[in-house]
Amino acid sequence: MSQVRVLVGTKKGAFVLSSDGKRKQWEVSGPHFAGWEVYHVKGSPVDPNRLYASQSSGWFGQVLQRSNDGGKTWQPAGNRFVYDGVPGTHQWYDGTAHPWEFKRVWHLEPSRTDPDTVYAGAEDAALFRSTDGAQTWEELPGLRNHESGPGWQPGAGGMCLHTILLDPADPQRIFIAISAAGAFRSDDAGKTWRPINRGLKSQTIPDPTAEVGHCVHRIAQHPARPAVLFMQKHWDVMRTDDAGESWTEVSGNLPTDFGFVIDVHAHEPDTVYVVPIKSDSEHFPPEGKLRVYRSRTGGNEWEALTRGLPQSDCYVNVLRDAMAIDSLDSCGVYFGTTGGQVYASADAGDNWAPIVRDLPAVLSVEVQTLA
Amino acid sequence: MIRVVLPAHLRTLAKVSGEVELAVEGPVTQRAILDALEARYPALRGTIRDHVTHKRRAFVRFFACEQDLSHESPDAPLPDAVASGAEPFLVVGAVAGG
Repeated sequence: MSQVRVLVGTKKGAFVLSSDGKRKQWEVSGPHFAGWEVYHVKGSPVDPNRLYASQSSGWFGQVLQRSNDGGKTWQPAGNRFVYDGVPGTHQWYDGTAHPWEFKRVWHLEPSRTDPDTVYAGAEDAALFRSTDGAQTWEELPGLRNHESGPGWQPGAGGMCLHTILLDPADPQRIFIAISAAGAFRSDDAGKTWRPINRGLKSQTIPDPTAEVGHCVHRIAQHPARPAVLFMQKHWDVMRTDDAGESWTEVSGNLPTDFGFVIDVHAHEPDTVYVVPIKSDSEHFPPEGKLRVYRSRTGGNEWEALTRGLPQSDCYVNVLRDAMAIDSLDSCGVYFGTTGGQVYASADAGDNWAPIVRDLPAVLSVEVQTLA
Repeated sequence: MIRVVLPAHLRTLAKVSGEVELAVEGPVTQRAILDALEARYPALRGTIRDHVTHKRRAFVRFFACEQDLSHESPDAPLPDAVASGAEPFLVVGAVAGG
């Protein structure tokens, strides 16, 4: 019997939501790490009972937690995130130089092949890797030391490395994205990096087509077609067919192309999901209607999915790491809101129901499909 | 024994309840107490002071004997009442909502 386990990070702790393959009845476990911000929880694809959680606090800093039993019990792991060498400066919001300072881990990406190897995306932007189950961490400094690094600047949420995609076909290839520097790719397992932002246009920077400086919110990839990436940018939904060499806009008929999340159907590489948000100054759904938009054509043509979602007076946000997709035959789609709801659809987005309604603000949602 | 009172979140992280008692060799200073505390509870490393510089985290305060010792030198001797265990050394999260 299949099972799914939804891993939810919130402003005040982590929750584990479990169900069988029908995804109708849910068990809720938590809060784990109550009172702490949990930016992300993610499981190893190799050993699904191995989970990693990023726990942080304005008072007490970064803690990394690890579970070996699917989230029933947790042990603190290593939290020593130290930049390699003398970190130098990046740009502050006003364009002045600002020292690189570690604040927290936004995203954890466990290896596709080794449960003890996990990558961490940090604020201020840097990529760290552990090969001993999160006990010790080392920076992959080639990214931060890219020649454009001193010119990177934070987005409103901080200068965060929030997306890490480990290419399923090429173990040397890694994609990352930083707000507000843009997307970068390594073809040598993280040693060297280059920006992959050609085709992006951002009116919020002096040169709208600059090589770096774009506020990329999220990138998604289907494992069967790893050179095709979909991006939700600050404004604009984008697509590349050549691993980021060039991007084209696929916002099409979306009511607004601002948003944070983007994800791809488990079995249909051209079926893409976004949650349009009104604007960069009004972080809630347009018209107070919470709508997921689905494209079955790889972008440009989008349909609103509304059944079971609030269609009036809804003013929540859906943050960049807060959507996930399971891999059951009838693919499940999940997303969490800043209002504390986690919505699930067991039929690829046609119908929705809340799993929980009253959690703290949801920062991240991941799902594991268990045999 | 030195008595240390941790804030609730750090008690949870260290998996302790109530006060922590520590044996400290040599002069009783903030640094000596925190070294002993982190040696006993490695999960607390980095949560009270920086891993590398050992600078106190900005929103953490140190109180004892009704005094704020946050800005004292980490190597300054602490009051005798702390050294003797008559009074605890308090690690406090700065008051803020949220």
